[in-house]
Amino acid sequence: MKFNTVIIGGGLAGLVAGISLQKAGRGTAIISEGQNALHFFSGTFESIEDAPGRITDLFAEAGIGLHYSPGVRLMPMGTFKKAALSLEDISLFPGPKIGSRALIVSFAGYHDFFCQFLAEGLEKQGMQCRIKMLNLPELEHLEKSPSEMRSVQIARTMDRIWESVVREVRILLRDEDTVILPQVFGLQDTSVPSRIRGGIPAQVVFVGTLPPSVPGIRTQMLLKRRYQLLGGTYLMGDEATGAHVHERVVHSIVTHNLGNHFLEADNFILATGTFFSKGLRSNPFEISEPVFGVDVEQASDRTDWYNPEFMREQPYMKYGVICDDNLRPLKDGEPLRNLFAIGSILGQTRPGLGSGGELAIRSALAVADQILKSDE
Amino acid sequence: MANNEFDVIIIGGGITGAGTQRDCAMRGLKTLLIERSDIATGATGRNHGLLHSGARYAVNDPESAEECIRENMILRRIASHCIDETDGLFISLPEDDLSYQQTFVEACRKAGISAEIIDPQLAKRLEPMVNPDLTGAVKVPDGSVDPFRLCAANMLDARLHGGQVRLHTTVTGFIREGDTITGVHTRNLNTGQEQDFFAPVTVNACGIWGHDIAALAGVNVGMFPAKGALLVFAHRVNNMVINRCRKPSNADILVPGDTVCIIGTTSTRIPFEECDGVSVTPDEVTLLITEGAKMAPSLSSTRILRAYAGVRPLVSADDDPSGRNISRGIVCLDHEERDGLKGFITITGGKLMTYRLMAEIATDTVCRKLNIDKVCSTAVTPLPGSGEPSYEEVARKIWEKPSTAQKAAAARLGNNAARLRTRNRLDEALVCECEEVSVGEVNDAIDHLEATTLTDLRRRTRIGMGTCQGEFCACRAAGLLAKAHGCIERERDDLKAFLQERWKGNFPIGWGDTLREAEYTQWVYKHVLGI
Repeated sequence: MKFNTVIIGGGLAGLVAGISLQKAGRGTAIISEGQNALHFFSGTFESIEDAPGRITDLFAEAGIGLHYSPGVRLMPMGTFKKAALSLEDISLFPGPKIGSRALIVSFAGYHDFFCQFLAEGLEKQGMQCRIKMLNLPELEHLEKSPSEMRSVQIARTMDRIWESVVREVRILLRDEDTVILPQVFGLQDTSVPSRIRGGIPAQVVFVGTLPPSVPGIRTQMLLKRRYQLLGGTYLMGDEATGAHVHERVVHSIVTHNLGNHFLEADNFILATGTFFSKGLRSNPFEISEPVFGVDVEQASDRTDWYNPEFMREQPYMKYGVICDDNLRPLKDGEPLRNLFAIGSILGQTRPGLGSGGELAIRSALAVADQILKSDE
Repeated sequence: MANNEFDVIIIGGGITGAGTQRDCAMRGLKTLLIERSDIATGATGRNHGLLHSGARYAVNDPESAEECIRENMILRRIASHCIDETDGLFISLPEDDLSYQQTFVEACRKAGISAEIIDPQLAKRLEPMVNPDLTGAVKVPDGSVDPFRLCAANMLDARLHGGQVRLHTTVTGFIREGDTITGVHTRNLNTGQEQDFFAPVTVNACGIWGHDIAALAGVNVGMFPAKGALLVFAHRVNNMVINRCRKPSNADILVPGDTVCIIGTTSTRIPFEECDGVSVTPDEVTLLITEGAKMAPSLSSTRILRAYAGVRPLVSADDDPSGRNISRGIVCLDHEERDGLKGFITITGGKLMTYRLMAEIATDTVCRKLNIDKVCSTAVTPLPGSGEPSYEEVARKIWEKPSTAQKAAAARLGNNAARLRTRNRLDEALVCECEEVSVGEVNDAIDHLEATTLTDLRRRTRIGMGTCQGEFCACRAAGLLAKAHGCIERERDDLKAFLQERWKGNFPIGWGDTLREAEYTQWVYKHVLGI
């Protein structure tokens, strides 16, 4: 099997790179282990400052609406955070005063949405809040199992019964100008959030829940579908276990499922994320990159990896693979010629690319451009 | 007697204070227990949870060994719901002197501890995870004990006998009349409320902090703060306690407890100022892993959940720098005889294992001072929740077909799990999936077990103790606490404090899956939830 580019990692960075290359007619494959950071994606790109047409177009073609409106968003614990570009169903406001009266609605028996914290946060901004729990008979099948009242399970049901939520909220609504609902809508049927907005005569604000994130999973599914429709090969549930490298050129990689069938390509992209998604590995003595063994920035003494204060910035969370200016990872100080790194495995110290979702998208686009340019 | 007057005030909510309150209350005294934090926050909650057979002390400290085996047998009777009768092995490795085994077994027998030399092959069958290179093994009646549950059961029984408890309340000074202590000034650390309480006798049961309380009363108790570091592994690797058959040393006890196992410990003298908030150093972590893997080799590849440390309240006797040679024996000081200060006694030294005996000795002293002639019955009266053959049967008595969460609740609460039966169906939702703790059980701990913070809840229900270390359950439980006490600002701070406390035990072992989990938790709380 020979591709133009093989991408290791099926998260946001890997998918954006894959889509860009497929659109330009390059044959690519993505190897994805399954879970990635999109599963707890907040739905917002916190620091993308300029109105990014190229990014919104790419998402729009995948069926994902983004809107750009620099301001703040309401967080699940009742705080506000800066945000500029976000999924359409996430409300952005110019400032933390989002209305004068709010009706906060959740479901009886659902503990992954924090009504009291939200109310307190909004009351601090001078809003009056009322909390109501819905008792929907359609959710009773979930209540029967003690671990089923979770965001994704509820969202599956909500695709069918969202109209009952609209009906119940309309009954509860008094003089509130704002209705706050958990982000458990539009998992498969992406039209649901806007239809709920249309059915409730007040401003509807969807607020995040404990992971997994419903908008994050939806984003992952839609990007993946777009990638596959463009002809990309998405190898789900597989894992890169090693690589064949000669004279600083990567020839192929070995995967768990394909065994002796190596994946050959002209270019390789490392988009495996950080510790959580196993892009970086650690033992008591060092932090390493498991597929190619490329150089990883780190403090040599383990005690310097952490800040003893949980809420402070943690040095280990900034570590990533060391690259040259073209985002090619170094191995023993020298770059591998046809390997590129994108997304959070780059660490958070690279200037100009931002962090989180922004880093994923910008680095993916930059590397895709480079690959296309070098092919010419 | 006025509301703020008691027969005896006990300072310290560890196992010694709780046991002393139970004993005093059972002898008919009106008791008040004051604890500046929560139950079991000092050495009580920071040890192996080992139900010592006494074998460890048999050679060097026969008195402690005898106390241990007597109390071991008593606790099996009165606290069955807190105890796992695993038995223990004392193994000899090629590097150990096998001839020590004979000395050891003789000393055990002298102390009344059944110690049976068994064939290493048999030892491997009994405990498949033991180092296969062992050259000798002795089987002893060690076990494991849940110190949180034991402490809570003692306090609960004291309460059933009329005892009162003030948690999160600190003693700010003593009230004196001439050379007699007649009461204490206190301040509630949650509300700031100041209050005085009076009693003819006050018992100092503060463990290592007893040094400070004694100083506040104007007397000196020479103590030796000996820090011990331990590691919790994410699986129950071994089913029997494993010890090294040699002179007691570092990291030579591996105890299975609930779903985990614990290796420890070290012994290092630390300054008094460092007793609050001790943490584990990288060198200690390395030592514990290296030595632990000698007893059970698979430990070297087992995920470590947490590192933690406690401070032993040893009473100083000589200038031994490690504290290993100081007797673990019980010290009860009547400050009237010792210092001419009436109405004040200190109970210290000892161990988790001998808490009941310590309580008996302290209560005898209290009764003598009050001229009360009542005998101790704590050795023969089961604690609340004890006495059932197994938690599964307890669960089956309460629920027809108990779920795993209901069985887990029965294991934690004993008969008191019946309180959960009356709660409604939505209460069965799980807050903590690692330890199977339901909404009903969390609310029960808030309503009946005086849990006011997430860390209080952890000690009572085990939320946040599992493999995810409080990733999701902390927020869910914070929601329930917020609903119960109504102060969101306080709950936000509580959640931050809880996450900090978990991190403190995680970063010393922050690599591999522990670091993956920590990264996820940090990302979720900061970026997804926006705490």
